[in-house]
Amino acid sequence: MGRSADWGRIRAIAWKDLTAERRSKAGFYSVAALGITILVLFGFALGPDTRALRDAAVGALWLAVFFAGVLTFNRSYQVELDSGALDTLLLYGGGRWTIFTGKLLANLAFVMMMLVIVLIVGAVLFQVEVPAQWPTLLAVLALGVIGLVTLGTFYAAMASRSRAREVLLPLLLFPMMVPVLLAAIQASKALFGADLMQESGAWMRLLVAYDLVFLIITHLAFEYVIEV
Amino acid sequence: MTAVTLPVALPRTSRWPWFGAFAFLFLITSQALAIITSPADRDMGDLQKIMYVHVPSAWITMLSFFVVLVFSVRYLWQRRENDDLLAASAAEVGATFNGLTLVLGMLWGRPTWGVWWTWDARLTSTLVLFLIFVGYLSLRAFIDEPVRRAQWSAAVGILGAINVPIVYLSVRWWRTLHQVQSSPSTVDPLYVLFLRANAFAFLFVMIYFIRQRYEAARIERDAELAAQAVALGGR
Amino acid sequence: MASWKSHTLLDARDIARRFGARWVLRGASITVASGEVVGLLGANGSGKSTFLRVLATLLRPNAGSATIAGHDIMREPDAVRHSIGFLAHTPGLYDDLTARENLVFAAAMLGLPDADDDIHCALERVALTHVADERVRGFSAGMQRRLAIARLSLSRPRVLLLDEPYSNLDTAGTVLMNSLITDTVDAGGAALVVLHELAPSAGVIDRLATVHEGRIDSGLYEAEVEPRLALVGAD
Repeated sequence: MGRSADWGRIRAIAWKDLTAERRSKAGFYSVAALGITILVLFGFALGPDTRALRDAAVGALWLAVFFAGVLTFNRSYQVELDSGALDTLLLYGGGRWTIFTGKLLANLAFVMMMLVIVLIVGAVLFQVEVPAQWPTLLAVLALGVIGLVTLGTFYAAMASRSRAREVLLPLLLFPMMVPVLLAAIQASKALFGADLMQESGAWMRLLVAYDLVFLIITHLAFEYVIEV
Repeated sequence: MTAVTLPVALPRTSRWPWFGAFAFLFLITSQALAIITSPADRDMGDLQKIMYVHVPSAWITMLSFFVVLVFSVRYLWQRRENDDLLAASAAEVGATFNGLTLVLGMLWGRPTWGVWWTWDARLTSTLVLFLIFVGYLSLRAFIDEPVRRAQWSAAVGILGAINVPIVYLSVRWWRTLHQVQSSPSTVDPLYVLFLRANAFAFLFVMIYFIRQRYEAARIERDAELAAQAVALGGR
Repeated sequence: MASWKSHTLLDARDIARRFGARWVLRGASITVASGEVVGLLGANGSGKSTFLRVLATLLRPNAGSATIAGHDIMREPDAVRHSIGFLAHTPGLYDDLTARENLVFAAAMLGLPDADDDIHCALERVALTHVADERVRGFSAGMQRRLAIARLSLSRPRVLLLDEPYSNLDTAGTVLMNSLITDTVDAGGAALVVLHELAPSAGVIDRLATVHEGRIDSGLYEAEVEPRLALVGAD
């Protein structure tokens, strides 16, 4: 038992969630399609001036990922609720945090894949050119997604099992996401503009701190939200 | 589980109404003194007097977030229902003061900046805090089962409270055009004195409010528990 | 049954549980010794399933206490989970995984290393080898039940908590279910089985108890069962 058993559980849950998700392809494609639809709507709201579109591109991209991501998190628990599998899952024993880590990893993979699609479509639609510092930009995107998925997976554990889950999850999640949204957008913007002021570094440190703080706290608190 | 007693014992002690009377008297006195004695500000005129309400209520908002954090942590640690009810009461009171802070800030901003709203760091982070409070209170409203409600809202309360400094920092980096916080040495000592007096007055009012909300919640829960005891057939 | 000195494996005292304002359990008590299979009968809504879920640590009781295999359900839930095998109304399977994958997942969650042989045996035992690599979504309710039985047998539980295990099962499935129960009991375990009809469990059940309005009337032996069943049906 011990560490290797925990790791085995984490892997099993992530594998199980991703396999189920891969087999019911409709889920991924519809969520990705929703992300693209939101991007298109932003285009209509902000365009057709190319410069205005370019300026707003990063914000539109992040909001599209946010809104489409919210659907992912509730779905992740819906799989467990559908056939009463959550009860079985809770009875396996061992630390409950392993369930959270497993689901977190699966959601992370899922949202990252969606981000890639939305990113490519967004770059075309908003006529954005890839900046020279694209590796840093990728790091910013990854850090932002980690923050989103950590809190999203955590709050969905509650929201998916409550009344009014469609409204409760974004209501809880989005105000908490303000630092991630600001940091990710500002850092991305700085990188697109060659980052003469070296701003992106400060924002990335904020993102790293945010991710670490909430990764730790959600893991500690998950036991309390899943067991009842 | 605690033993269920019948009939419902009212937790009211005689001290609290006196404390409430004292809190409000203190508040009225310090407000009146502050408004009468403080000189009109060089730039802002009498508008400046709104600070005696705005600033203390902003402080109280932050304080109540801290209270929610403390009682939420203590609930998860010791699992006493009272801590959950206290956290909820503090959140309700905090949300009220938070709303008051926002409205007063807008009232002050209109003549000062010429707009009702500006995306200034402190105003914006106060709004975000308000939304976090709203999320916490709606979560409570959507869950009926007491233990589940207590555990979930404790988790949400702790995460929300921890996010407060991060939200503030991020919004401040994002934009700052709020007036620089006046350091007490450069302003009228009377202003400082009455600001502090009013901060204490608000603190007393806050404690009284939380106590009142807590008592109401406690009585509600006791009534529920008494009904349960009857349903159990007076075991 | 075997002749070792039997000891108490499950001991529940005065379990009470409510949902909202409705008390489903009002002080349910029962004792099950090792080597014993106890059937639990009761009308719909009498609290049988709730009782089982409380014992399985899936629901917290509002009052009362219980131990399973010497472990307290409130204080040592993890130890309890390792000793029980719980089968709910719903099979708790993942529709988009195959039968084998469902068992592989269960084995990983149980922390069983090199479970391939066990999984193979379990699938053979429930006669699902021919559909092992088909998705559960296409399975009939009876096949899903059998797969759930296979999953249950992987963990080799000491105490079985079964909620209407015979529903949707054909004759062969019923035999399987009964063999799982007798295997567990012969190894010194025990079983508490919620039933809605007696026929399938004939020859397996040692003792019957009825649940009525959230309380348990235990200690009925087979000769006394028939008149009681009429009473249950009249509810």
